[in-house]
Amino acid sequence: MIRATDLSKAFGPKQVLRGVGFTLEQGQSLVVIGGSGTGKSVLLRCLLGLERADSGTVEIAGLRNPKPQALAAHVGMLFQGAALFDSLPVWQNVAFRMLRGRQRAHARALAVEKLARVGLDERVADLYPAELSGGMQKRVGLARAIAGDPPILFFDEPTAGLDPIMAAVINALIRSVVTEMGATAVTITHDMTTLREVGDRVAMLHDGRIHWEGPAAEALTSEDPVMRQFTQGRVEGPIATLR
Amino acid sequence: MSPTTLLGATGRGTAGILGAIGRFMGFGAQALGWVFRPPWYPREIGAQLMQIGWLSLPVVGMTALFTGAALALQIFAGSARYGAEFAVPSITAIGMVRELGPVLGGLMVAARVASSIAAEIGTMKVSEQLDALRTLAVEPMQYLTVPRVIAATLAMPVLVAAGDSIGILGGYAVGVTRLGFDGPTYLRNTLEFLQFWDVASGLVKGAVFGFLVALAGCFFGMNSGRGAQGVGEATKSAVVLASVLILAANYLLTEAFFST
Repeated sequence: MIRATDLSKAFGPKQVLRGVGFTLEQGQSLVVIGGSGTGKSVLLRCLLGLERADSGTVEIAGLRNPKPQALAAHVGMLFQGAALFDSLPVWQNVAFRMLRGRQRAHARALAVEKLARVGLDERVADLYPAELSGGMQKRVGLARAIAGDPPILFFDEPTAGLDPIMAAVINALIRSVVTEMGATAVTITHDMTTLREVGDRVAMLHDGRIHWEGPAAEALTSEDPVMRQFTQGRVEGPIATLR
Repeated sequence: MSPTTLLGATGRGTAGILGAIGRFMGFGAQALGWVFRPPWYPREIGAQLMQIGWLSLPVVGMTALFTGAALALQIFAGSARYGAEFAVPSITAIGMVRELGPVLGGLMVAARVASSIAAEIGTMKVSEQLDALRTLAVEPMQYLTVPRVIAATLAMPVLVAAGDSIGILGGYAVGVTRLGFDGPTYLRNTLEFLQFWDVASGLVKGAVFGFLVALAGCFFGMNSGRGAQGVGEATKSAVVLASVLILAANYLLTEAFFST
């Protein structure tokens, strides 16, 4: 279970989060949407312990306000740009944690197995991240996120910068991985296809707060003016276009 | 500009500089603390030894070779005024092992290594690789800074020793081919005049310079701003700080080792 209570975070004079709170039950997939610069990534960083909130609490995997190192065994994270380590071949990226633990001998086999799970051939294992396309890097990032079979998964803009076909592939992979593993998942996105494909629940971040929360099926038909403007991509509405 | 405005600007500038010095020293203390905490990453240390030590050898060697050669020519020209040309081998050797070997070697390594460390870690920061390390239960200070600091501190004395030898060889080549010295006599004068502490002090300086170079690179890399401009700024600042620190530390160490 993930619970955020009254999270606030400011950078200098700019108040980004103003009391964000939500509860996500085990096995549910939450998609957080919101305009650029509304604090979606800051929220994710606060949940992961990469950023310390000014006030409020995060409870995740039974830990209260944990540091990222303490969460490592419970959480897998797919970064927006995949954040693969350039100096390591693909398989060492995927098996990064295992190479520093007791399962070292099986690390390569497990990396190849996880790469296959995200649709990548064993030949990719020995390539370096710079030799891969954006879509392949995202898949490798996903393989790394699920390498330790964590019960909680985070995805930051998983389809950003991908063509529609590759975006659909990544969305389908995320959905199947989350379903298969029974994982609790939080996805940050402003891609409506990701919202439909990946989310059980949707939370709309607006003015530093959760403005709307509900089932994914209702998100696209909501009559709420903020939701309607965002999901339909309208210029006119309560969301300022200059941020 | 009114006196009050000038005073305010001076105060802010001074506070900024003192704050930066404080942050750098804090980072150094933190890095030293992590050096003694497991786990260590021997593969990373090995890779950095290769990158910082072995791959810096050509540039350090070339610098030392030409410096030793030029030094012998200069000392010959100066000592000829007093009829003391016989001192060329010994003064060339002392100049190389005490000062020029460590300082020029340090500056060359600062240009090559501090910049590359700052650019690499800075790029890792802007592409979220440092965050990825944290989410994989690895502390970036331990995984990135400690191996680089250890490797640079161990590699620099070896580079200085190699640079000293090559520099003396440069002086020897010029002495024998251009200044009319007898080869065996030149070498004998060099070896007989040098004392253990002349060489050892240069190696100790090398270790300190290596530590400072890696620390400056890591500090600016870890604190790099966003985007290409941020990484570029970090790279430039790392080289400038490492160079200034080498020259300042050289003076302080020379005072400590040789002032009577």
